[in-house]
Amino acid sequence: NQELTFLTKQEILLAHKRFTELLEKHEKEQIDARVPIGRIITLPELKSNPFKERICQVFSTSEQKDGSLTFEDFLDLLSAFSDSATLEIKSHYAFRIFDFDDDGTLDCADLEKLVNCLTGETNDAKLSSTEMKQLISNILEESDIDKDGTVNLSEFQHVISRSPDFVSSFKIVL
Amino acid sequence: MSTAGEQDADLSLQEEHESKTHRTKRRDGDRQKKKRRNERRKGGTRAGEGEEDLQAVSEKRERSKRKRAKSKQETSRRENNEEEEAQLTGVREVDENVDKGKKKQGSTKKGEKKEDGGKQLVKEKARDIKKKNSEPETSEEDDDEEEDNDKDVVRPECLSPEELEKLKEAVDERKKLIQSLRGKPWPMKKKLVTLRESQEFVEKYEGALGKGKGRKLYAYKVLMTKKWMKFQRDFENFKTACIPWEMKIKEIESHFGSSVASYFIFLRWMYGINMILFGLTFGLVMVPEALMGRPYGSMPRKTVPRAEEASAMDFAVLWDFGGYAQYSVLFYGYYNNQRTVGWLKFRMPLSYFLVGVGTVAYSYMVVIRTMARNANESGVGDDNSFNFSWKMFTSWDYLIGNAETADNKFASITTSFKEAILEEQESHKDDNIHLTRFLRVLANFLVLCCLAGSGYLIYFVVRRSQKFALDGLENHTWWERNEVNMVMSLLGMFCPMLFDVISTLENYHPRVALQWQLGRIFALFLGNLYTFIIALMDEINLKRKEEKVVKFNITMWEASLYNGTVLENSTAPPVTIHPADVPRGPCWETMVGQEFVRLIISDTMTTYITLLIGDFLRAVLVRFLNYCWCWDLEAGFPSYSEFDVSGNVLGLIFNQGMIWMGSFYAPCLPALNVIRLHVSMYLQCWAVMCCNVPQERVFKASGSNNFYMAMLLVILFLSTLPAIYTIVSIPPSFDCGPFSGKNRMFDVIHETLESDFPPWFSKVFSYASNPGLVLPFILLMVLAIYYLQSTSKSYREANVELKKKLQMQNEENKRKNKRAALKAQMDLEEARKTAQEQQRNNNASVQDQEGESFDFKY
Repeated sequence: NQELTFLTKQEILLAHKRFTELLEKHEKEQIDARVPIGRIITLPELKSNPFKERICQVFSTSEQKDGSLTFEDFLDLLSAFSDSATLEIKSHYAFRIFDFDDDGTLDCADLEKLVNCLTGETNDAKLSSTEMKQLISNILEESDIDKDGTVNLSEFQHVISRSPDFVSSFKIVL
Repeated sequence: MSTAGEQDADLSLQEEHESKTHRTKRRDGDRQKKKRRNERRKGGTRAGEGEEDLQAVSEKRERSKRKRAKSKQETSRRENNEEEEAQLTGVREVDENVDKGKKKQGSTKKGEKKEDGGKQLVKEKARDIKKKNSEPETSEEDDDEEEDNDKDVVRPECLSPEELEKLKEAVDERKKLIQSLRGKPWPMKKKLVTLRESQEFVEKYEGALGKGKGRKLYAYKVLMTKKWMKFQRDFENFKTACIPWEMKIKEIESHFGSSVASYFIFLRWMYGINMILFGLTFGLVMVPEALMGRPYGSMPRKTVPRAEEASAMDFAVLWDFGGYAQYSVLFYGYYNNQRTVGWLKFRMPLSYFLVGVGTVAYSYMVVIRTMARNANESGVGDDNSFNFSWKMFTSWDYLIGNAETADNKFASITTSFKEAILEEQESHKDDNIHLTRFLRVLANFLVLCCLAGSGYLIYFVVRRSQKFALDGLENHTWWERNEVNMVMSLLGMFCPMLFDVISTLENYHPRVALQWQLGRIFALFLGNLYTFIIALMDEINLKRKEEKVVKFNITMWEASLYNGTVLENSTAPPVTIHPADVPRGPCWETMVGQEFVRLIISDTMTTYITLLIGDFLRAVLVRFLNYCWCWDLEAGFPSYSEFDVSGNVLGLIFNQGMIWMGSFYAPCLPALNVIRLHVSMYLQCWAVMCCNVPQERVFKASGSNNFYMAMLLVILFLSTLPAIYTIVSIPPSFDCGPFSGKNRMFDVIHETLESDFPPWFSKVFSYASNPGLVLPFILLMVLAIYYLQSTSKSYREANVELKKKLQMQNEENKRKNKRAALKAQMDLEEARKTAQEQQRNNNASVQDQEGESFDFKY
């Protein structure tokens, strides 16, 4: 299904190989076997990504919202993160990844979580609360065009589309 | 149809699972279809599966009836239209519903379906009847699925033109949808279902679009386009599979982030260019000369002179590209000046000249085209109005898959945040500006001293080597012979470190510091290269003086030889002298080529050796001495080395510059460079993966690409300058090379024009090249450039203006919104107030009433 993804045939085959490695024996027979989030994030490509849980949540289609992925979801993920995916689709998924509470906008809490993700878990690396406040107010000042205190998808895409290195860095390759 | 097949292949893995689980289900459901089109059904079931889930219950109940209806319909179709029959085997829910509706009017089972589906069916049924009875001029404005399905019923022959148009539009729309489907952020299942539906739709109606005779042709055309698309996709797959080192680079990318990978991508790109240059020189110059030219030993220029014969096969001599290597196709001097070689009448000198020009022209073209493409891609990100947001949203490099790199990245992001906040808080903080200024001036002074010193050193060494060369190379040590190259390599190795130390004085922001550093290294390399060239020029002049003497001597010698034979005996056969004994001039072109080749070799060697010692040995020492050392070596002073992207890129660029400069005089240079790049690809990949640690300051790859390209362009220009100068202004040696005997090298073109083309052509050419025509032409070009530039400027201005307008509008909208929101709030409040009042009144009245009632009661 090359028309549905931005992947090439080889990449899809590779993805399938990697995916079946994650599956347990008895699951390999099933078509819609789900890999739980705990095993997906052990992939070396995702292991050190601060957004790994969010990525799984966003691409998961499971009903229990447990972040488990089927092979199709996995392909979706790889396609969105592939080299040739468009800016539009990348920014869409980036927005959903950054939107921690899934409410369709990036509000202050989301931004704060995002900053914490980016600066790492260690305590000495964290920003102080005043710095955080300053940072978030700066961000909102820049990108919140309609001044409602949150960043919505179109504002986000507007900001992202100007960025010189978003497309080149928003990539995951198996 | 073929796309379905293709997907079938792609999905075959999935299908394996699927077929296992769904085989039974499918068997009873689609047996009829299975018979007809095996391959297609497999692809189609995925869509069908989803639909079956949706309406499994009612579907099952109706299945038998539907089958009957369908087969009936199918047979009737077959009579009418073969093609349509073939295309109608799809699994489309709505279609089937329509069929059902048609065949079994008044069926009550539709009520059991989902509500909207049922409604739709009823509507369609009614319309079907209408359509059958009335003529097809019924005007229906909606062109969504319902309407499309109506047309399913009507034969294409009795469609009116405008309906055909509509159909065509619908089909085109679907096609567009298919094209853009992967750009939609939907989950895979939804995409699959939509894709199936659209594909079925397109396939079904595409055949119906052509009329009568044209239809077959149209169907054929459609088929061919599909085949072509499939071929293109396969070709694309093939192409990506052919890109070398893709996996290696991806691995590095995931360990070190995109900036280190950008170096390797650059290296690969360079390798491609060198491959093409190598193909040109090898295929058009070296091979023809080796195959069709006169063999070795047939003429003086193709023979090792008697004096050198003894040592010509020694390894040390060959390593210096003397001896047999010097008198081979590898160098300029070996080539003969006969106009055509071999039975093909290959124009050797012309080919040599054109290949020399062509490599340079090709390089210019490629570099400029890549630059333009890069500029196009990253042309938007020029304003920095979203500084913070970019840091926030785009700073993570999702490629990073290594914990260490990730830690570094975390740290760098944190510092960048903090820096940005600090900058924002106190926009300018200048502590003791005089001191920093003084330090910066001092640093620049020191750097200038370094540059001048290195330049002088190279000049001195080159002059000394000339003296050695005059004495004869044999009575000197290895160091004295290779002094020039070693000094240049060592300078290129140590000066950057010195600059790094000096630049800590300056206290710049890291990014600015990096730019300074790059600029200085660039200046150093450039200075070294140009001193080298100037020294070479001196040597060329010396050789030319020597050449004059030799030429005179040779004429004397020939004359004496001639005289001797004449005096001896006029009937005796002319004395044949072995070509090795003929005295010859010092071929300065070969000398230049040799110098460049030696330079490249020693440069390569130093690169590899520094790689081995600086990276590998250091890593080994740090790793194993760490167990028995008094401080932590891994974290402390020596530590592991980082991969120096900018330095490596600069090295690569200068190496390429030398190739461009020297390849005219040594056709083997591109070949050497290809080997070098190939080896360094593997070696550096290995070194990076095994003994480098990720950089502390992780830079982004974007933006730097064009920077590299710009440097490459500058180098290309600077390196072609001396080559062109020598070609144009210095007469070639008289007894070696393809242009010997001519006044200037480019005379070869003139000669070809005169002898190989009809006379009118050369006449036209001579007219065209006369200054009266050339000058206006140049003027015209300048004017055109000026015009284009001014229009581009005006476009840019218009862009800025538009941006401003957009911002204005945004603000206006904001204000309006705010006002509206305020007003709405006011209204709301007012309404609430009135409501409250009313309520109060009501309450009051109720109370009153209650009171009254109370009263009443009482």
